[in-house]
Amino acid sequence: MSRLRSVPPEFSTGVRAAGPLLLGIAPFALVAGVAAANAGLSVVQALGMSVFVFAGASQLAALDLLSRDAPLAVVVVTAAVINLRMLMYSASIAPHFRNVAGRARALLAYFLTDMSYALTVARFSPDAPEQRWYYLGLSITVWLVWQAGTLAGVLLGAGVPASWGLEFAVPLVFLALLMPEMKDRSSVAAAVAAGVVAVAGAGLPLNLGLLLGALCGVVVGTVAEASVGVGAE
Amino acid sequence: MTTSYGPLAVWAVIVAIGVVTYAIRFSFIALFGRTDAVPPRVGRALRFVPPAVLAALVFPALIDAQPTVTGTLADDRLIAGTLAAVVAWRTENVLATIGAGMVALWTLRFLL
Repeated sequence: MSRLRSVPPEFSTGVRAAGPLLLGIAPFALVAGVAAANAGLSVVQALGMSVFVFAGASQLAALDLLSRDAPLAVVVVTAAVINLRMLMYSASIAPHFRNVAGRARALLAYFLTDMSYALTVARFSPDAPEQRWYYLGLSITVWLVWQAGTLAGVLLGAGVPASWGLEFAVPLVFLALLMPEMKDRSSVAAAVAAGVVAVAGAGLPLNLGLLLGALCGVVVGTVAEASVGVGAE
Repeated sequence: MTTSYGPLAVWAVIVAIGVVTYAIRFSFIALFGRTDAVPPRVGRALRFVPPAVLAALVFPALIDAQPTVTGTLADDRLIAGTLAAVVAWRTENVLATIGAGMVALWTLRFLL
């Protein structure tokens, strides 16, 4: 009992804060599991990916490229580019973990996701002492649902007929993530440029259309922001 | 489609992505105190990574460029995807977006 009592209340607050997010995470995880099954991954490989990578959008992109037999370097680079955004999160959340010991910090870093970042930074000032427990409670809940959802998806995915086109759920997830990102003119310009270049480059070898499109999008977005001067935040 | 890569290659990719992703996550958390945050210029560019990458993933999955405009537009994935985009924009909800897109695709494929 004394151990239970030693769990700070902020941990439970974090667990509860994850609740509404799970409506979005569970189907996303399910799609990742189905995509893994469709790409021919075993149950252990699918779970291994969710544990080692634990970043949905990059997992879906990697599975999509693997299923099309893209070169392995392209698969890894594409996933890395997708996860580059977490560099921003890492820098922005780092002051919150200032008082955490080195090893624990390494553990907290593993759980960094779009959601854990956004909620933790929105709730705390960097000086609040208990944010690490809130972050941890939130993150562990999301992590467990992500693994369970992947497992359910990979077991389910193998039994669904191909004509249902379940793989179409993958771009739909990306679409649901994309819309809230287009919050000002520069990011809309970035998205449109990236999309058009990616469609034009769809026939390029090594699936380079995706990387080329993403690169053009970032350049166009940066230039648009600099020239118009809107939407800095 | 099923990948032609063997288990070893698949595991190598999983571990490589995992290591790179963890390095990105840990980067500034590890360095904090020894370096300043992301340089503002890099930070501004990084802000556009999510919309750019996501659009580069979505557009080719919905649009299959054909020689004719009608050929390109009369594609069940594009029609279903456009409908799902409206739902995504209105609700910002993953489940609602998947539901709308899949039901639209099945309606176009099996009922019409």
